[in-house]
Amino acid sequence: MIAHAIVFYIFSLIAIVSAIMVTVSKNTVNSVFFLILDFISISCLFIMIGAEFLGMIMLIVYVGAVAVLFLFVVMMLNVAQQKNEWFNSSGRSSHIPVGLLVSIIVFFELIIVIGGWKYKPDLLDSIAIEINTDLTNTQSLGSVIYTDYIHLFQLSGMVLLVAMIGAIVLTFRQRSGVKRQSYFKQISRDRNDGIELVDVENNKGVKIDA
Amino acid sequence: MAELLIFFEQIYRILFLLIPVLVSVAMIVWLDRRVWAFVQKRRGPNVVGPFGLFQTLADALKYIFKEIIIPASSNKVIFILAPIVTMTLALIAWAVIPFSETFVLADINVGILYLFAVSSLGVYGIIMGGWASNSKYPFLGAIRSAAQMVSYEVSIGVIIINVLLCVGSLNLSDIVLAQKDLWFVIPLFPMFIIFFISALAETNRPPFDLPEAEAELVAGYQTEYSGMMYAMFWLGEYANILLMCAMGSILFLGGWLSPIDLFPFNIIPAPIWLILKILFLFILFALIKAIVPRYRYDQLMKLGWKIFLPFSLIYVVLTASFLMYFDLLPGN
Repeated sequence: MIAHAIVFYIFSLIAIVSAIMVTVSKNTVNSVFFLILDFISISCLFIMIGAEFLGMIMLIVYVGAVAVLFLFVVMMLNVAQQKNEWFNSSGRSSHIPVGLLVSIIVFFELIIVIGGWKYKPDLLDSIAIEINTDLTNTQSLGSVIYTDYIHLFQLSGMVLLVAMIGAIVLTFRQRSGVKRQSYFKQISRDRNDGIELVDVENNKGVKIDA
Repeated sequence: MAELLIFFEQIYRILFLLIPVLVSVAMIVWLDRRVWAFVQKRRGPNVVGPFGLFQTLADALKYIFKEIIIPASSNKVIFILAPIVTMTLALIAWAVIPFSETFVLADINVGILYLFAVSSLGVYGIIMGGWASNSKYPFLGAIRSAAQMVSYEVSIGVIIINVLLCVGSLNLSDIVLAQKDLWFVIPLFPMFIIFFISALAETNRPPFDLPEAEAELVAGYQTEYSGMMYAMFWLGEYANILLMCAMGSILFLGGWLSPIDLFPFNIIPAPIWLILKILFLFILFALIKAIVPRYRYDQLMKLGWKIFLPFSLIYVVLTASFLMYFDLLPGN
């Protein structure tokens, strides 16, 4: 049990320190790396409380895909330079009130969440589904999501689909004059289309672009 | 005291797995070069040791004694971290590979997800190395590699779903045991082909070795690396290739199971079968390196997103409907 506690504190310490480093570190690429470290240690914490499916999905989705794209954008766009320009420019004062408002709301929400622990026993009684502890958590998650709440799940899928189509529509631009490769055209070409035998008269030559 | 004993036992078991893996990585590099040479009617490495078997060890020794050069304008911490990350991620994935029913380091519930997660983290070593070098070729190589690995992971994920539909469990031992009567390579043959090609792309092997395409990018993300750090990238890469072969043999070729449950075959110990299957897949990898020309980048992306992904998604629907219709779904 002591080993368990030690490992827990190691992971949570790493998570907290790296979360602080995300906001503190000067180099934006470094902060993305700290964010990744944060994700990894949080997924370790998930695994430690027995939510191994959630921990693995966290690794696959956030670290394996989201953070890669994030890192990509940060590396390509040179955000650090833009940030410095933005801080030095005179127009910054208009952004600060908005940021302040958002951070105040988040702060109070956090207080409510932490205060909510007091009512946890009451809330636990109001859970609609009985959790079967014999099943592995992959199985129980599957039965909750895909059987009990399938309609809500499909609704959220629709929301994601709309968001995806929106993103594609916003960024899609058609360029003219692009030469695309068509496998079908390449394969369906035969000797008659590709080769023409011409008897060339002496001193006349051949017109190629006929 | 008892906890300490468990700790040392675990260390012993980890070393017992790790050292054979490292040695076989060295052997596999030799095999790769031999197969490559065989196809091109050359001899390949044949001087150091019997049949040139110790060639890789000699190479490793050379790398150890070479100077490690760190570019002055690089981000030094990340530059040094990159090969370490690659190597570590390639090795920790072996923890869940079952060599027989009992011989597995960590028999976890979500083994296949763990493998998938670790192989999707492999891209970080490459991005870190490419970015930290602070140089054009490595950065281009890293960008290409990141896009390529993220794309092909998607189709590998969908292929894994196909297999899981037939098994009903995420545990790797369960996946192997579910193939006792019929290896999944037979009912899911198209998926096996797509998995194999995606594994080539995921491990940056030819014909998908665009991240290190020497004609365009010198050596891609490895350009600035030298000495032991280069060797670590290289070992990590081959350990990843072996891992992909192991994953293919567990998902499709019945893992440690013998092909027929008859006398001369079933006395051969289970790990030998797994190793033979891994070697078979690896020789295919090596042959493909020798005989297929490199893809163009847009062709690579088109293959991943427009052909493999839709096809494997359709196959998920087909597999699910087939299992549902004939009432073969596992776990009922």
